[in-house]
Amino acid sequence: MFWTVTQSLLEGFASTLELFALTLLFALPLGLIISFGSMSKLKPLKWLVRTFVWAIRGTPLMLQLIVIFYVPGFVAMWAQDQQSSNIFIQWLASWHVLDRFVAALLAFVINYACYFSEIYRGGIESISKGQYEACHVLGMTKSQAFFRVVLLQVIKRIIPPMSNEIITLVKDTSLARIISVYEIIWAGEAFIKSDGLLWPLFYTGVFFLLACGLLTILFNKIEKKLSYFSV
Amino acid sequence: MAILEVNNLVKNFGSTKVLKGISFSLEEGRVLSIIGSSGSGKTTLLRCINGLETATSGKITVNDKVVFDSSITDKEALKALKGNQQNIGLVFQQFNLFPQYTALGNVTLAMKLAAKKRPDYKKNKKQILEEIDSIAKGYLDKVGLSDKMNNYPCELSGGQQQRVSIARALAMNPQILFFDEPTSALDPELTGEILKTIRQLAEDNMTMVIVTHEMNFAKDVSDEVIFMDDGVIAEQGQAQELITNPKTDRLKAFLSKISD
Repeated sequence: MFWTVTQSLLEGFASTLELFALTLLFALPLGLIISFGSMSKLKPLKWLVRTFVWAIRGTPLMLQLIVIFYVPGFVAMWAQDQQSSNIFIQWLASWHVLDRFVAALLAFVINYACYFSEIYRGGIESISKGQYEACHVLGMTKSQAFFRVVLLQVIKRIIPPMSNEIITLVKDTSLARIISVYEIIWAGEAFIKSDGLLWPLFYTGVFFLLACGLLTILFNKIEKKLSYFSV
Repeated sequence: MAILEVNNLVKNFGSTKVLKGISFSLEEGRVLSIIGSSGSGKTTLLRCINGLETATSGKITVNDKVVFDSSITDKEALKALKGNQQNIGLVFQQFNLFPQYTALGNVTLAMKLAAKKRPDYKKNKKQILEEIDSIAKGYLDKVGLSDKMNNYPCELSGGQQQRVSIARALAMNPQILFFDEPTSALDPELTGEILKTIRQLAEDNMTMVIVTHEMNFAKDVSDEVIFMDDGVIAEQGQAQELITNPKTDRLKAFLSKISD
């Protein structure tokens, strides 16, 4: 039985890791873009972005999962009831419920990008103005200054808070259970119904522990790798 | 012929008038020191000439090329002015080295980025990069750091870091080199090596403008001195004469305060 359970949980964990990896893939660059928005000199853009970040950070991730999963369906139902010939309403009526995995991924990407954006912002704003000025008098463009000089210093500074968030993400993927995404918690719970076994659900914790342990080692390595310079 | 001409330069930060109409010129190969108490506008003057601050009004010319003119508002013309700023080098008080690059990398980075625009870059990439490395090594050698080329800034002393930043500025082949209090962030025993480097540059006839608090050095290395006080040039003259024989009361008071 132990091997059957392990095998089943491994399959569930593969889906967990897929959700984790895809979230990082999209949320890391999106967070950087959002951080640029929240530091923008254009006041309306800055306040729009900051309000959005406030709303995302100020509401539970579980609630966001539910909203993203159910709202398109409700919108479509409402629009179909209107029987309208308006193109926009017809377009809304054509919406359908998102795939569970896609809905979860979308919620995680948006949520984590907002948290990441604040970490990026802290890192970028901590770099001294002198670095940009040195680039300026050496004739570099603003993007050269950012990508060739500032970015690596920012990365070095934000590794500790980033590793915190990323380790939290591993465990937060379990929230996808609320919209019945197939992942490791779902796989563990299934044994309660099918075989009356509770321990497989507890056993899932081992997988999370191992994944977070590996990530901790990885981040320590990256920190060491960047220790050749100080900012 | 004057290589640097500053005409009636004014800079306001909000309602605070920091520069109240500064005019001076500097001949090629001469060394000018700017002295004065904190808040007198020395650093702001330097930053306006270097384009780190935009002056409120006035005109700045380097080697007959306009680098700032408040009467120009056309965007294309303003872009051309930015290009002319490449003729000015600046050494910062806080060095501002790039920490993740070695001493050599700090000197070569801007040159290597600029080289990418050369039409033959793709074809002769290896050769061009090697050329840049050897130019940079020459400048590091000049400031006495050929044995520290592969060290990162955090492995160097403050004086060595400042010398790297001097090499980095020289590598841009500027027509004028500006120093913003180059020894103020250094321990007293390290200032000597920087002053020695600047003195060598003066002997090579480098045109330099130095904002400094080192009166003896200013007297010793520079040809001319400008004493700034409250946003204006309060006294200006030949270095020896001005520092040993101040004419205005304000400069007399400043010099006696400094020697205390």
